[in-house]
Amino acid sequence: MFETALTWSDLAFLAQGAGMTLLVTAVSVTAGTVLGVIFGVIRFQVGPYWSIPLTFVLDVFRSVPLLIQLVLGNAFQSIARLGWPPFTTSCVILSLYTAAYCTEIVRGGISSVPVTTRRAARSLGMTWWQDMRYIVAPLATRVSLPSWIGLTLGVMKDSALVLWLGLIELLRASQILVTRLQEPLFILMICGAIYFILSFPVARLGGYLEKRWSPND
Amino acid sequence: MIEIENVRKSFGALEVLKGIDLTVSKGEVVTVIGGSGSGKSTLLTCINGLEPIDSGRITLDGTDVHAKGTDLNKLRSKVGIVFQQWNAFPHLTVLENVMLAPRKVLGLAKDRAEEIAVKQLTHVGLAEKLSVYPNRMSGGQQQRMAIARALAMSPEYMLFDEVTSALDPMLVGEVLDTLRMLASEGMTMICVTHEMKFAREVSDRVAFFHQGVMAEIASPEQLFDAPQHVETQKFLAATH
Repeated sequence: MFETALTWSDLAFLAQGAGMTLLVTAVSVTAGTVLGVIFGVIRFQVGPYWSIPLTFVLDVFRSVPLLIQLVLGNAFQSIARLGWPPFTTSCVILSLYTAAYCTEIVRGGISSVPVTTRRAARSLGMTWWQDMRYIVAPLATRVSLPSWIGLTLGVMKDSALVLWLGLIELLRASQILVTRLQEPLFILMICGAIYFILSFPVARLGGYLEKRWSPND
Repeated sequence: MIEIENVRKSFGALEVLKGIDLTVSKGEVVTVIGGSGSGKSTLLTCINGLEPIDSGRITLDGTDVHAKGTDLNKLRSKVGIVFQQWNAFPHLTVLENVMLAPRKVLGLAKDRAEEIAVKQLTHVGLAEKLSVYPNRMSGGQQQRMAIARALAMSPEYMLFDEVTSALDPMLVGEVLDTLRMLASEGMTMICVTHEMKFAREVSDRVAFFHQGVMAEIASPEQLFDAPQHVETQKFLAATH
């Protein structure tokens, strides 16, 4: 029969790691999305020329590997004597990383709303803000949702890299158990299964919303 | 009263309006005809301030549309405009499409906005379609919805920019009937159109635009039966 040295308290330890993964992801995706929406609207409003500086900074966050960003970010915060704990540093870097991708998703979503539809809204007397809130936001959200779900799932998996700053999230918790119990296959399978369980509802939520909105399109 | 005085407007090097003068009184129906690129549609978007003008003046009941301090959003609720493309808000039902601006712009309560929306939609013959999404309707129905949406703001003026040009020939009639009905109710209207028969029927005056200039303006009988300007004669000969 199959035997393992894995105990219930080890599973609880993994669950704790999963909790950390969820927390880092939730904070980063939330903050990154808020920033991404703001940057996306700015990029769309000011046009490609005036948004060059913003685009450049965001391109840096999109092109430099996340691991390097985390290590450099951590080094920077200690040089600048910010005194951030690893959790804060991780969330800040991951949020900016998320924001960089989210900005493009938001910009694309806004561009997908036909100019003529927005003209119709404005010619009814709606302000820029009302047009954004009642016409552009709902339409752009529909277009952007699949990419945003993809980004969220990506960030959840990429968040494993914060283990390099010493945070014990799901992957690091699994590694610790592997080192102690020497059952890498079994433990990594559990680890993978937990990642799947975390991701699945997010993916399904996306599918559900798409389906709910589709009869209107 | 809409007063347009010596309005000029360019897109880059191309001057699309070369000094237009036109006064439309309350209750009057003016149709604008002319070839593509003659500036007809641009004039309409200048009247409600969607497009800035380079020089001249457009006033609506004495308010200068393009003056710095003018509250364009307030002004636009007085001037309804319907475009060639009906531009339905696809995420809202027909009823919600029509209710949105009265609620958000005029600040009406939900019941009151709904009452107005239902009334206007019934008026244009869409009482059966209240809870339908626009994409489930024909182009003609969507265009009539767009008209009801503009009317729900209780505008004093209506601008129609080639509202039947994108429609299936089968569906043109129902939209023109809606416009005829509005005209007969005394709505002040400027209609840019290619429907000559319709223009002759409903207009108090017909204006012919040619290359950014209003070449001729006259009563429909005068303009269609005895056009004075050589370009009007050419245009009418070509469209018959």
